[in-house]
Amino acid sequence: MRDADSPYVAKVNVARHRVFQKRTPVLGSLDLELTERCNNNCIHCFINLLEDDAARQRELVTTDTQRILEEAAALGALTVRFTGGEPLLRENFIELYLFARRLGLKVLLFTNARLITPELADLFARIPPLEKIEVTVYGMKPQSYEAVSRVPGSYEEFRRGVGLLLERKIPFVVKGALLPPNSEEIDSFEIWAATLPAMESPPAFSMFFDLRGRRDSASKNRLIESVRMTPDEGVAILRRHGHSYLKETREFCRKFTGPPGDQLFFCGAGHNACVDAYGMLQPCLLMRHPDMVYDLTRGSLKIALTSFFPRLREEVRATNSDYLARCALCFLAGLCEQCPAKSWAEHGTLDTPVEYLCRVAHAQARDLGLLREGELSWEITDWKERIKQI
Amino acid sequence: MILSRDAVYTVSEDVVAREIEGEIIIVPLMAGIGDLEDELYTLNETGKAIWNKLDGRRSLNDVIAELAAEYQAPSGEIERDVLGLVQELVQRRILLAV
Repeated sequence: MRDADSPYVAKVNVARHRVFQKRTPVLGSLDLELTERCNNNCIHCFINLLEDDAARQRELVTTDTQRILEEAAALGALTVRFTGGEPLLRENFIELYLFARRLGLKVLLFTNARLITPELADLFARIPPLEKIEVTVYGMKPQSYEAVSRVPGSYEEFRRGVGLLLERKIPFVVKGALLPPNSEEIDSFEIWAATLPAMESPPAFSMFFDLRGRRDSASKNRLIESVRMTPDEGVAILRRHGHSYLKETREFCRKFTGPPGDQLFFCGAGHNACVDAYGMLQPCLLMRHPDMVYDLTRGSLKIALTSFFPRLREEVRATNSDYLARCALCFLAGLCEQCPAKSWAEHGTLDTPVEYLCRVAHAQARDLGLLREGELSWEITDWKERIKQI
Repeated sequence: MILSRDAVYTVSEDVVAREIEGEIIIVPLMAGIGDLEDELYTLNETGKAIWNKLDGRRSLNDVIAELAAEYQAPSGEIERDVLGLVQELVQRRILLAV
C-alpha cells in the first residue's frame, strides 16, 4: 500500500507487509502477563489472584521486564500485548508502556478499564498504543456487572474508564464474557458496542470458559464449570450473526481441520512468546505445565524460540490410550479446542480428552452439517468429503 | 519548503526507526504521525540507501556526494532523490534539521 504521491515512503499495513506475512523475524509478537492479580474477582476467571496476593513479591522487576522487551524487539517483534490479571495494577505500568513504545513496539492492552485515570488516558492520547485497547465488559448494569466481578463499585469505575477513553478519542474495542448474570443483556451490549467509534464488527464473547492453568483452586474450578454454557446454548450464541459465523467457520474447517495423530502441539503454540508474571516463557498464554515452560531469568527468548519450543513441538506426543482412540483420530481437531494446555488445566496431564470441549465441538459440527445426531467424530472416515460439502 | 543542502538532518524523537529483516520500519511514537493504528511507514530501496546516511552528522551535500560515489546514477538524479525524500520526511515529522 504505497502513498500515491510518494516515490520513496510507503505507509504500510503491518498485517500485509511482506516482512510479517512471511514471518521471517524470529518473533512476531510478545505476550507479557504483567501480573496474575486482578482488581476484579470474576466468577469465571482462570487467572485472578487477589489484588494484594503475595505473588506480587515474585513478579518480575522492571529491569527484567525491560530486558525481555529489548530482546523481543531485537528479534523483530512489532507488538507486545500487556495482559494479566489486570495489567494496570502494576505500579510500573507507565514505565513499561513508555519503554515498549520507545523501542518501537506497538502495545496491545487487555484491561477491564477500571484503572484508567485521566493521566493515563492523556498519556495514551499523547503517545498512542497503536493498537486498539481491548476492554472486557461483564455486564451492562451495576447489578449484573458486579454479580460477575464480585467487587462493589466496579461497574461505575469501568464506565468511568471507558468514558475517559471516549473523551480522549483513544481507539478501543469491547468484548464480553457471557455468564448467567448478564445473559439477558446480549442485545443491549451489542447495541452499545455498535456506538463505539473503533468497533468494526459485533463484539466477541467468551463463553466456553477455561479452568485455571495453575491448577491452584479446586473450588474456583468448580465455580467456573458451573457457569459454563451448555454446548447447544453456545452454538446458538455463535449463530447470532449466522452468515459471517458460517462463512468463517467453513473456511476455517477447510483449512485447519483433520486428525492430528499423536502430535500434541499442532496449534500455533511456541511460535510466539508468552511470558508470565514471573519470567517463565510459555508456549501459549494458557500452558503452565512446569515441563513446558522456559525460565527467561536464566536464558534467552532466542534460545527458547529456536531450540526449546521447536523440540517440544516435535517431541511431545500423546500416550494416553483414550486420547489416541479419540482425539488423535478426530477430524474436528482445530475446530475443537482440545489442546495440551486445556488438558493440563482440566486433568493435570497433557493428553486427556476434555469432555466439555468434545461436546462443544460435536454440537458445532452437528450445526454445521459435519456430523449427524449420534455420530462420533473419530469414527468418521469420509470427513474430507463432508468438509468439502459444507 | 526549500531545503538547504548544507543542512544536517536527524531522526525526530517523535518516531522510532527500526530495521527488521533488512527493512526500515518507522513506527510513530507521538500522536498525529500515523493516522491509523495499524499503519507504519517503510522506505523503498532508494529511500533506504538515503536514510542510512542521514545520521545527524552528514549534510545533505555530503549525502549526495557519497551516494554519487557509490551508485552509477547521474548526480542530478541522486540530488533529486535525496532532496525529495528528506523534504517528504520533514513534512511527515520523521526528520528534523539539526
